[in-house]
Amino acid sequence: MPDGALPVLDVRDLKTVFKTRGGEVHAVNDVSFDLRPGELLGVVGESGSGKSVTMMSLLGLLPSPPADVRGGTVTFGGKDLLQLDPEGLRAVRGGKIGFVFQDPMTSLNPVFTVGMQIAEPLRKHMGMNKKQAAARAKELLELVGIPDADQRLKDYPHQFSGGMRQRVMIAIALACDPQVLIADEPTTALDVTIQAQILELMKDLRDKLGMAVIWITHDLGVIAGIADRVMVMYGGQVVEHAPVKDLFQNPGHPYTKALLTTIPKISGTREKRLTIIEGQPPILAGAPKACPFRDRCNVAMDRCAVENPQRYDVGAGHDVACFHAEGV
Amino acid sequence: MLDQTPAPLVSVRDLKMHFPIYAGLFRRRVGEVKAVDGVSFDVMEGETLGLVGESGCGKSTCGRAVLRLYDITSGEIRIDGREIGSVPQPDLRTMRPTMQMVFQDPQASLNPRMTVEAIIKEPLDEHTKLTEAEKREKVAELMDAVGLNRKFAKRYPHAFSGGQRQRIGIARALALNPKFIVCDEPIAALDVSIQAQVVNLLEDLQEKFGLTYLFISHDLSMVRHIATRVAVMYLGKVVELSPREALYAEPLHPYTKALLSAVPEPDPALASTRERIILQGDVPSPSNPPQGCNFCTRCPAVMDICKQDEPKTHEVQPGRFVACHLYNDTADRTAGTEV
Repeated sequence: MPDGALPVLDVRDLKTVFKTRGGEVHAVNDVSFDLRPGELLGVVGESGSGKSVTMMSLLGLLPSPPADVRGGTVTFGGKDLLQLDPEGLRAVRGGKIGFVFQDPMTSLNPVFTVGMQIAEPLRKHMGMNKKQAAARAKELLELVGIPDADQRLKDYPHQFSGGMRQRVMIAIALACDPQVLIADEPTTALDVTIQAQILELMKDLRDKLGMAVIWITHDLGVIAGIADRVMVMYGGQVVEHAPVKDLFQNPGHPYTKALLTTIPKISGTREKRLTIIEGQPPILAGAPKACPFRDRCNVAMDRCAVENPQRYDVGAGHDVACFHAEGV
Repeated sequence: MLDQTPAPLVSVRDLKMHFPIYAGLFRRRVGEVKAVDGVSFDVMEGETLGLVGESGCGKSTCGRAVLRLYDITSGEIRIDGREIGSVPQPDLRTMRPTMQMVFQDPQASLNPRMTVEAIIKEPLDEHTKLTEAEKREKVAELMDAVGLNRKFAKRYPHAFSGGQRQRIGIARALALNPKFIVCDEPIAALDVSIQAQVVNLLEDLQEKFGLTYLFISHDLSMVRHIATRVAVMYLGKVVELSPREALYAEPLHPYTKALLSAVPEPDPALASTRERIILQGDVPSPSNPPQGCNFCTRCPAVMDICKQDEPKTHEVQPGRFVACHLYNDTADRTAGTEV
C-alpha cells in the first residue's frame, strides 16, 4: 500500500459456494482485496461474475443453505466478520458498515413511513430515543438532498420517485456514520440524469463524511467518473485490480481490454463496428482449475486450460490474473 | 442509398396515445396519462431512427403505438404507403408482415412452452401458405441468419442464454421478411459483452435484408453507434430530432444537452474534463404535465415564455428539428419549415 494507511476492511481468499440440485456452483473463488479509509473502490463485472455475492458473503447476508461461505478472512475493526455469531454481525451491519441495494423499489418496506425506516438503525445501533432519532432522520434526509425533509419523513416509499427512494436508501445506510459503505449497483435502476445526481451526491458525501466506499457496477463509465481504484471480476475471481487511471489507460487482462472496446463511445470518433467478445460467461460448476476467461480469450495458451493464473503484480498497485502478465 | 431524397418508409404525424385513468366507486374517468402527446417523425427506407429518452418519457409506448399494438388516441401513421392509424385491428392483420417488433425482455416475450422452432414458425403458420417442410427449412435458414445453431430447434427458451433468446426474438421478427422493425430496448436486458454481439447482428441483418429500424433505447452511447438519425423524447413529446453526428457534436435542446452530459464517460481522463449539467428534480407526471413547455420545471435556461406557451417544433438547421423557445429567432428566419 503506497499511502501506508491501514485498511479499514481486509478480505483474504474469500470463497463462497452455492449448493444446488445440479451440483456445487463456485460463485466466489479466493477473492482478496482491501479497502483504505476514505477511498472509493469500484467493483466491475457482468452479471454472474460474483461481485454482489462477494459483498453479501462478507456481511453474512446470504441465506445458508444454499450458500456456504467456505473460507477466507474478513478483517474489520480487528475482528474476523466470518467468525462472528449472527448477533455480532447484526451489530456491524447497518451500523459500522452500511449497505445500499440495487433496487430502491423493492428494498424499502412499503408499509412503514420513510421516517420510521431511517430511524430504525438509529434506535437499534445508536440507542437513540424516538425524538433524537426523528431529528437525526431529518438531518439525514437533508444531507442526501431531499427537499422539505420534515414533511417527507411522514411519507411512504410509494410517494417517492426512483431517484428519491435511492436517496432514502443512502440516508438509511449513512444513518449510523458507517466507516464503510457498500453500494451494490445503486444507480443501475435509475435514469442517466438521476444517476448523475446520485453520483454527485456520493462523491460529495464521501468527501464530507470521509467514509470508505465499495461501489459495485457493470458500468465502466460510472467507475471512470467516481472510483479511486478498480477491481474487475470475472467468473467469481478478481482478474484485474488497478488505480482507475491505470486501468483505463493500461488494461492488462484480455477481458478488461475487450470490455473497454465493446462499449460504444459517447464522444470522439465513432467506431464503425463494435468489437465483440465471442461466447458466453462461464458456468461456475466445480472448483476452478483453469482460467475462467480462456474460452473467450484471443490470446489463450495451452497453459490457460490446465492452470488458473494467480494475480501477478505489474507495479504501481496494479495486478493482473493472466499468464501473459507473469514476469512483466 | 442511390436516391438522394428517399421517401420515408414510415411517416408519423401528431401521434397521440393517452391512457385513461379511472377512479372512485363508479370507475369514472378522472384524467388521462398522456404517454405520447403529439409526436411526428419520418423513418427513411434503410435507415435506423434512434428514439431515446428516460424511463416514462413514452418512447416504448410510441414504438408500440406506431405498430398499432394499441388503438391510438389520434394521429396518422403511414407505413410503406398505407395509412394504418385508423384501420380496425382485424384489418391490420394482413399488414402485420411488413412491420415487426423485437421486444425488450427476451425472457418474457418467448412462450416457455413452445420450442424455438415453434416460436419462429408461428408467424409463418399465421401468414403464409408454405408446407410444413418449407416452413421448417425457412426456420432453419432464419436460425442460421441470426447465429443460432439449427440443431437447437427443438429446445425450449429456458435452455438458452439471454443473448441467444434475443436472437430467437429477432429470428421471429424476421420470419415474414418485414421492411420495418421496431426494436424496443433490445439490448437493455443483456450483459455488456453480449450487447455488442446483438447490435452487430442487427446491423448485419439490416444490410443483408435492407431493413428499416426504429431503435428505442435509453443507452445514448449505443444509439450513437447504431442510429442514422436520433429523436429525443421528454414527457411524451419529441424535443429534438437530428442527424446523429450533429446531435452528439452539438445538442441544441437544453434537455438533450443535459442528457448527453449525464452519460458517464468510460475514460477517467475525459470524464474529469467534461462539463456536466446536473438537472434538478424529477420528471413531472405525464398525467399532469406542466403548463407551457414540458421541460420548464427542470430546464436550466428556462424563460417566462416557457411557462406559458408550448414551444413548436422548428427546423433550425437543415434536418435538425427542435422544440424550444430558445430557437424561436432562428426559426423565424427559416419560416415555413415547421413540421
